[in-house]
Amino acid sequence: MKICISACGKDPDSEVDPQFGRCNYFVIIDPEIGSVTSIINPGSEASGGAGIRAAEAVVGAEVDTLLTGSVGPNAFSILSEAGIETHSGIKGTVAFALREYQSGKLALLENSNASTHSGMNKS
Amino acid sequence: MKIAIASGKGGTGKTTVAVNLALALEDVQLFDCDVEEPNCNLFLGFELEPVEEVTCLFPEINPDKCTLCGDCADFCRYNALAALPKKILLFPSLCHGCGGCSFVCPAGAIEEKSRSIGIIEKASSDTPLTFFHGILNIGEAMATLVIRSLQRHIDESRPAIIDSPPGTACPVLAVLGCADYCVLVTESTPFGFHDFLLALEVARALKVPVGVVLNRDGLGDSRVEDFCRAEGIPILLRIPNDRMIARLYSEGIPFVKEMPEWKEKFEEMFETIKALACKSTGVQ
Amino acid sequence: MRQLAIISGKGGCGKTTLTAAFSSLSENTVLADCDVDASDLPLILKPQVLKTEDCLGLELASIDLKLCTGCGICREICRFGAVLENFTINPYSCEGCAVCTVACPENAVSLMPRVSGQVISSITRFGPMAHAKLDTGEEASGKLVNVVRKRALELADRHSCKFILIDGPPGTGCPVIAAITGTDLVLVLSEPTVSGLHDLKRAIELTAHFRIPTVACINKYDINEKKSLEIEAFCREAGIPLLACLPYADITTEAMMEEETVIEYAAHSGDPGAVEFANIIRNLWGEIEMRLSDTS
Repeated sequence: MKICISACGKDPDSEVDPQFGRCNYFVIIDPEIGSVTSIINPGSEASGGAGIRAAEAVVGAEVDTLLTGSVGPNAFSILSEAGIETHSGIKGTVAFALREYQSGKLALLENSNASTHSGMNKS
Repeated sequence: MKIAIASGKGGTGKTTVAVNLALALEDVQLFDCDVEEPNCNLFLGFELEPVEEVTCLFPEINPDKCTLCGDCADFCRYNALAALPKKILLFPSLCHGCGGCSFVCPAGAIEEKSRSIGIIEKASSDTPLTFFHGILNIGEAMATLVIRSLQRHIDESRPAIIDSPPGTACPVLAVLGCADYCVLVTESTPFGFHDFLLALEVARALKVPVGVVLNRDGLGDSRVEDFCRAEGIPILLRIPNDRMIARLYSEGIPFVKEMPEWKEKFEEMFETIKALACKSTGVQ
Repeated sequence: MRQLAIISGKGGCGKTTLTAAFSSLSENTVLADCDVDASDLPLILKPQVLKTEDCLGLELASIDLKLCTGCGICREICRFGAVLENFTINPYSCEGCAVCTVACPENAVSLMPRVSGQVISSITRFGPMAHAKLDTGEEASGKLVNVVRKRALELADRHSCKFILIDGPPGTGCPVIAAITGTDLVLVLSEPTVSGLHDLKRAIELTAHFRIPTVACINKYDINEKKSLEIEAFCREAGIPLLACLPYADITTEAMMEEETVIEYAAHSGDPGAVEFANIIRNLWGEIEMRLSDTS
C-alpha cells in the first residue's frame, strides 16, 4: 500500500507541510516493502489551480492514501474520483505523521475542509 | 465624457466621491465597476432590476469521443482541467474561456458552452439618476468580462461617472483604459501617498489625465499637495477630516444629502474636470 | 512555530496599523506582509533588504516578426483582444493562455516568462520581515502570498523565531486563503460601517471552512455605536470572541506621520489619549499571545 504525505522536504525526516496544494514535495512510502520515494509537487509553482495540479500528480503516482492538512474541494473531488483516501491533521516529521496514521490518530476526510475558491484572480 | 474615480487601495473614499459627485449633478450616469465589491448602492438604496447576464465560454467534453489522451489538461494554463485515468474533470471557476482545449483536442470531443459568471443590474426608471452596476459571482475570476459588459451600457452622449475597482490590476486597467479623466482619491499620509503613487503609475501608463481629491484633509501633512504642485496635477477637491462625514458614511448616507453646501463644491469640481479633460483630449 | 494572520474584508480599516503595533510588542517574531497589492508595512518598519527575488506570473505571448506573415489567425483566435494591429502583444490584455502559439501556422508565437512582482526578505528594528511588491497591472496571486510565507518561515528558522505575524490581503479570494491556511489563529478586524458586518461574516465563513480558531476586533467602534453593537451581537452568536474595541483616534495617523508604530509614538509623545490607545492594543496583544500558546 502506498501512502503519500505532503512535506517540505524529500525524506522521512522532513517536516510535513499541511498545505496540500502548495507543499514542495510529496513523500511516498510503502511500509510493506519499506520503500521511500518522493515527487516534486507541480502545484507549488502554479499561479492558480495549485490543488488541482497537485491532486493530478498524486493520482498519477498511484497512491492509495494521502496524509495532509487541508484539501480544497477541487482537489478533493479529484482524489475521491480516483479512490484515494485522505486523512488530515498531520504535524511534525513525515515519519511521525506516518506513525500517527498507523495508530489511527488521523481523521479520515469525508468532505473537503478547505473553502472553494477561484485560484488566482487574474482576469 | 467618462470620469473614472480610482485609488491605489480600498478604504480611501472612492465610492463616497463617486456617489456624492453623481448625486450633486443633473443628468449624469453612475456606473459601479467595482464588480467584486459593488458598494455604491449601499449608499443609494435604489431598487434594481436585472439587465443582462454576463457569460463566459467553457468546454464540455463528449465522453463518447474523448480518448482520455490528456492533451486538453496539459494545454490548460489555468489548471481548469484534470486528466484522470478514467475521466477528464473540469473546474469551471478556474476556466478563462480561452478555447485552447477545444483547439488542441485531437478527437474533436470538446464543444464550448456558455455559463453565467455575473450579472448587470440597473436602477429602475423612476430614480433621479441613471445607475448601473455589475456583480461578479463569488469565486469567479473574470472580473474584466463583467466590467466590459457594464461599459457597453454607457450612453456616450451624457457624462458618466465610473467607480473603479481598487488596486492596480487588470480590472482597474479595463476601467481606466476607456476613461477620459481619472480622479484619484487619497489622503496625505505616508500610506495614502504611497498608494496614490501606485495608482498614478497606472493612470500614466494608460495616458489618462489625472486630478486629485484629498480626503480626510487636515490629517497628515502636505506631501500629496507638494507632489501635485511639482508635477502639475490639480487638486480638485478637499474633503475635511470631519466626524459628521465619517458618521454619515458609516450610516450609508451620502453627505451631499445632509450637507447641501457640498452640492456646489462637487458641481465646481465637475466643471473643472470638464475643462481639463477637454483641454487634454478634445472630448466635449 | 505559531502563526497569526490578521485579515479584514475591505482595505483601509487599520489592519496594517495594528500589525505594526503588534510587531513592536511581540518578541521572536517574523513579519509576513501578504497585503501585496499595497504593501504599506515597510513604510513604518523601514526594512533593510537582505534579498530580492522575482516572482513569475502567467506567461506572456511574444510574436517573432521575422517569422510572422501577417495572416491574422492569432488575432482572430485570441479571446482577450491581446494581439494588436501591428502584431505586437498588449501585455495588459494577454492572459498567457497559449492558444496563439498553437494556432500560428508559422510557429512565430512563443510564450515568455512574465515577472509579476518581487518577493523581498528584510530585517527591521522589530525583527525579520518578508514582503512583496507587485508590478503594475499584476494581481495578487495565491502563489505570491505563498512565496512570502515560505520566506517568512525560512527567516523564522534562521533567526530562531517563535511567531509569524501575517498582514493579510483584503477580500476573501485566493490570496486571502493562501494567507490563512495552516495558521494557528486568525484575527478579523472589522469596522462599524455599512459594509463592515457583511465583510466580517464573509471572513468568518472562510476561517470556519478551514477550521482555524478565530477572534475579532472592532476598529473605530465609536463612529457608529449602533453598528458596533450589531457586530458584537453577531460575534456572540457565532461564538467568535470579540477581543477589543478600538476608538476612532487621530493617534494612528500621528504615529504614521512619524513613521512609528502607535506603541512607539505613545511612549514618547506622553499624550494621555495616545497612551490609553496603546494600552488597549497592549491588552489585545496579551490576549492573542495567550491564545496562540494555548493552541499548541
